[in-house]
Amino acid sequence: MANNLFEKIWEAHEVDDDLIYIDLHLVHEVTSPQAFDGLRLAERGLRRPDKTLATADHNVPTDGTPTARLIADELSRKQVEALEANCEEFGIPLYSLGSDRRGIVHVIGPELGVTQPGMTIVCGDSHTSTHGAFGALAFGIGTSEVEHVLATQCLVQRRPKSMRINYAGELGFGVTAKDLILATIGRLGVGGMQGYAVEYAGEAIRALSIENRMTICNMTIEGGGRAGMVAPDEKTFEYLKGRPGVPADFDAAVARWSELPTDEGAGFDKEIEVDAPAISPMVTWGTTPGMVVQVTDEVPDPATMDSPADGEAAERALAYMDLQPGTPMTEIPLDRIFIGSCTNSRISDLREAASIVDGRKLASSLRGMVVPGSQQVKAEAEAEGLDEVFRSAGFEWRESGCSACLGMNPDILQPGERCASTSNRNFEGRQGAGGRTHLVSPKMAAAAAVEGTFVDIRDWS
Amino acid sequence: MDAISLIEGHVAVLDRNDVDTDQIMPKQFLKRVEKTGYGEFLFYDWFRSGEIELEPHPILVAGRNFGSGSSREHAVWGLKDYGFDAVIAPSFSDIFYSNCTKNGLLPVILDEEHCRAVAAAGEARIDLDDQTVNCAGGVFQFEIDEDIKHRLTNGLDDVAMTLARGEAIDRFEQAGKADAGPVTTAL
Repeated sequence: MANNLFEKIWEAHEVDDDLIYIDLHLVHEVTSPQAFDGLRLAERGLRRPDKTLATADHNVPTDGTPTARLIADELSRKQVEALEANCEEFGIPLYSLGSDRRGIVHVIGPELGVTQPGMTIVCGDSHTSTHGAFGALAFGIGTSEVEHVLATQCLVQRRPKSMRINYAGELGFGVTAKDLILATIGRLGVGGMQGYAVEYAGEAIRALSIENRMTICNMTIEGGGRAGMVAPDEKTFEYLKGRPGVPADFDAAVARWSELPTDEGAGFDKEIEVDAPAISPMVTWGTTPGMVVQVTDEVPDPATMDSPADGEAAERALAYMDLQPGTPMTEIPLDRIFIGSCTNSRISDLREAASIVDGRKLASSLRGMVVPGSQQVKAEAEAEGLDEVFRSAGFEWRESGCSACLGMNPDILQPGERCASTSNRNFEGRQGAGGRTHLVSPKMAAAAAVEGTFVDIRDWS
Repeated sequence: MDAISLIEGHVAVLDRNDVDTDQIMPKQFLKRVEKTGYGEFLFYDWFRSGEIELEPHPILVAGRNFGSGSSREHAVWGLKDYGFDAVIAPSFSDIFYSNCTKNGLLPVILDEEHCRAVAAAGEARIDLDDQTVNCAGGVFQFEIDEDIKHRLTNGLDDVAMTLARGEAIDRFEQAGKADAGPVTTAL
């Protein structure tokens, strides 16, 4: 019988009715303390520390603070120290402040090679969908489920429906994976993938690098999807080869992984076709990732929205963003640039941005910040001299972490500040109370840093 | 978790779609390591700016895609601690819905028209046993997964229930089905 990628992984992990086995549980400081408390309270142990891995990323400072003990913010310090104590008590490997393997949880999993095709992966973070780029079934869970996985290595789950989005043709010059996923969410809406495990397929996806595929799977949750996936191929195997976490018999693993892609003739609950060459560089204008237009467009008029409810939401969003309908996106002046987050902070993202700012300067009055996704990405970038490129252009070059994507550490926007950000959420206050976020690709963020506003990078040089 | 059967009383209304968990519980309150005391931080920015007002009634009616975005369970802890026992909406984000059911906050999916009727009625009674919402505007049936309903009506602990299925997990592992993944402790 023909099966799709999702079905193959799901069926290989069914322990019992609606109970699936979890191959890897990633843990971080913010969504785990109450789960560990729950274990202690019920006097329960951790079933599989060898399938669990922790790091500190969400609230850590990016200023070079070397150990948890020295984190200036008291609550952040206590939370990271709690993670360290919990991992010590339950025997979980941890990369905390000071470790050269530390970084954003969704960056270090692939980097260490513990993210592999065919696995089930969970984490108390909605962007866990990132790992689906390797042909894994990966999704975010809440703290109660974190506790459940710690205790049982399983998760009670109803099987989601399956969706395939097929991207015919190739992306045009200057158009990136970030634009592809923003355009997709703009079309389907922020609830358009709700209840589905989504497989991204087609020529445009096959042509993308593994890191670009991660960007796409990462933002599946912004379309409401349960999980995003891409079938593993030679690029996947090449990316994983030689990484510390991969199986000793790599060839045997590749043979096994090669069985995973969706079979010819396999069905999906829903299929969508997208014309990849028609996708343009995208910029969000509102307060959800679905409020997005082409960079060549204008700020939309709420009166033209599909429904009165959408019109009201657009009006509120424009008031929050302090934008007028009809303003060209290329005439919106910026205050801040943030290059980072689990969406776009990997080495290829930094190379792409650096190639644009190389030899140029940040527009006056702009503040720009580059936050590598992990300490390893940072080291790699520094070995290539990218840190110097960014510094010379006027950017701050920071230590790794989630940073200004969610603003739990000191890297936040001030009220009213407008930021071009390579992150994933433009919700009200996401990057700091009163801050205004426009989601863009690393290329667009870099060009905007030079110009002080958004540009059509297809005809910008 | 307390058992749920009937939830009745006044209705608070948040007539907006796509309300994300960043609004429900802003990031600065996620640094706390406790599970209690989040009610005072609920809708922190929107309440303080006067953008919205919500009475702590037993039932909240909201727009579609409620609880979108971040998986933070703190959003559910906040809603529950503030006083809500049920949220009625046309749709919920998947993770938020699941988080609700782990904390005895009953998520009820009704179509938009029925949500409006409940909001207009101002009072309602939700009967989980027969899966109805009863208000001046009518009696509306809602769907809920049988297992989730069973856990909610009996106030059961998810982890204890799965641990009771330990033999199935043992069998799965002993069959070598859990061996393919990486060994994190050997990195």
